[in-house]
Amino acid sequence: MSGHPSTYEPKTGFTKWLDSRLPIVRLAYDSFVDFPTPKNLNYWYTFGGILAVCLMTQILTGVVLAMHYTPTVDGAFASVERIMRDVPFGWLIRYIHANGASMFFLAVYIHMFRGLYYGSYKAPREILWILGCVIFFLMMGTAFLGYVLPWGQMSYHGANVITGLIGALPVVGDSIKAWLMGGPSIGNQTIQRFFSLHYLLPFMIAGVVILHIWALHVPGNNNPTGVEARKDPEGLKKDTVPFHPYYTVKDAFAIVVFLLIFAAFVFYMPNVLGHADNYIEANPLVTPAHIVPEWYLLPFYAILRAITFDIGPIDAKLLGVIAMFGSIAILFVLPWLDTSKVKSMRYRPVARQFFFGFVVAGLLLGWCGASNPDDPIIPMGSDKLVVSYTDANGNEATQTYDEYEPAATFRDQKVEEGVDASIAVQKAPAFRFVHLAQILTLYYFAYFLVILPLLGLREKPKDEPTSIHKAVLGSHDRAAPAPAE
Amino acid sequence: MSEAQTTTHETIDEDRRDFIHIATAATAAAGAGALAYVFIDQMNAASDTKAASSLEVDISKVPLGGEIRVLIGGQPFFIRHRTEAEIRSAESVDVGSLRDPQTDDERLVPMQDGSLNRAILVTSGSCTHLGCVPVGPAQGNTGDYGGWYCPCHGSHYDTSGRIRKGPAPSNLPVPDYRYVSPTVINISL
Ligand code: HEM
Ligand code: FES
Repeated sequence: MSGHPSTYEPKTGFTKWLDSRLPIVRLAYDSFVDFPTPKNLNYWYTFGGILAVCLMTQILTGVVLAMHYTPTVDGAFASVERIMRDVPFGWLIRYIHANGASMFFLAVYIHMFRGLYYGSYKAPREILWILGCVIFFLMMGTAFLGYVLPWGQMSYHGANVITGLIGALPVVGDSIKAWLMGGPSIGNQTIQRFFSLHYLLPFMIAGVVILHIWALHVPGNNNPTGVEARKDPEGLKKDTVPFHPYYTVKDAFAIVVFLLIFAAFVFYMPNVLGHADNYIEANPLVTPAHIVPEWYLLPFYAILRAITFDIGPIDAKLLGVIAMFGSIAILFVLPWLDTSKVKSMRYRPVARQFFFGFVVAGLLLGWCGASNPDDPIIPMGSDKLVVSYTDANGNEATQTYDEYEPAATFRDQKVEEGVDASIAVQKAPAFRFVHLAQILTLYYFAYFLVILPLLGLREKPKDEPTSIHKAVLGSHDRAAPAPAE
Repeated sequence: MSEAQTTTHETIDEDRRDFIHIATAATAAAGAGALAYVFIDQMNAASDTKAASSLEVDISKVPLGGEIRVLIGGQPFFIRHRTEAEIRSAESVDVGSLRDPQTDDERLVPMQDGSLNRAILVTSGSCTHLGCVPVGPAQGNTGDYGGWYCPCHGSHYDTSGRIRKGPAPSNLPVPDYRYVSPTVINISL
């Protein structure tokens, strides 16, 4: 905590000499050794450390991949195959990088839901939260750019869909799109700039991570009670423990478990999270039947496709783009949307239910994003066959059938009579993925724009513990003990 | 330096200081603006990319009832050789009932002698919904209206490349092209 005086004392001649010139050891000591940390942090709080490991893993494996990768339309796919087959341990490094992106997102989502649950975005941590959102946004950009690099079918056509979204912007859309792609379509010039930016962004992320930790170390960690550690030396001592060894060890344990899961993916199922189409080289003339982004972008893809209706002069396509970017932008202003003074959902029984609803909505949106929007979830009736033909008076007429055979016989009979006739499928009414996605999108926005702002004013929270120390020991002056998590 | 001296120094030559401040800031702003222009503009299409933006196609090679697909500047285009039945079905549609009303004739470009070559239809090959490449006769699926079918989100195009069903908002655009001879067309972006 910034108020906390430095306790570092250089012992050797060299460290004394260094400390009066570049107090870097002091900085590290005060930040990661003697940093006072609430003593009640649970395992949800280990994901910050896990994320740091993820970023380092991506940078390390990425720089190595870049030594063997060729950023051209003719060379990219072959160079990735060469990494897989010929470069010593290339397969391992690439699988770590590709699965590492997934693990990175898994960790960041848990980290963010943790923040949502314990109210870590509230004062005095607004800037900390916003910097986190910036990191998340940069990560999505980086992952999108990276996915284009292997130049498979999904790389190419996924990028086509995403750049197409930018083209949906009114007036300037097409020129921005051409500017991003560096030409009329995604081509050699695009893959080169995407590679350059994919290399750059992770280092920008690293820069924002430094700011993020700086902003964390001013107010100090939030904790599962949402009650701030006391500032007076006596209270501070009771509420906190030094970061080392207490949390270095706890974080290290969590990191090792996380890496074991990571390794299970890399060694036993390196491609389950990927898409088979991406092992086919990009072909601009053949679109894969089902274009889906990587799993971690699916909820946002579902929001994009949920908007199928126009509102006033704004057409559905543009509205979808607005909704998708809006769903991320809204996170940035969350600190000012939640009106409750109580941070932790432990003491907000009603908000807590809505929070779990939000988690479920996020997961289900992912499911919608992975599915074909027109597929039925709950069918209501069965599909019909409609034969359209021109009747004796020259009017358009139709005849509906359940089975193919009689429909075909009827059509053939009409064709023999010399009139135009054709069969089309009439889909039965159903509750489809697009409907589910619409409901969930509505909930997503309502959670931030309606539920959190209003609930903070109306909900009666449970009593918070008076201090972290009391919460940990279980206090006698409180009626109900904190619910177990 | 005493307090008094500093304050007098501050007031002496105030105009000249202001002038230097403003001149410095203005020069720096102009320089930053010029640099920003350079760094933004370098991402636009390079001259060679722009130059590769037209193509001559020998249409006599397109099989009847089939199509060929060409890439110009990376963008796909369809050149379809329509059968008599396909032409008739394209012409017999009630134009008023279409989402993006256009007659079949409006979607053709006259040959050098001014007449229309109804057998040859040239359209963009990217779906007006989100830019997938629709499938056609060569892939064995021409959709409900005999033209093209976009598998991404289910848009159906007719034998004139007009949108008939599905989420796409408009017809497959007809590119800028002209007849160089009765059998060769030049398509440009
Ligand atoms: C925030 C950190 C990063 C993320 C989330 C990320 C994500 C990705 C993803 C999703 C891919 C596609 C993997 C595949 O399916 O093959 C990829 C590929 C690639 N990345 Fe990264 N990356 C990161 C950092 C870096 C860095 C720092 C470099 C250094 C230059 C780099 C270099 C590459 C290269 C050369 C490829 C192409 C080879 C391949 O596809 O395996 N990445 N990245
Ligand atoms: S891109 Fe063709 S239907 Fe969506």
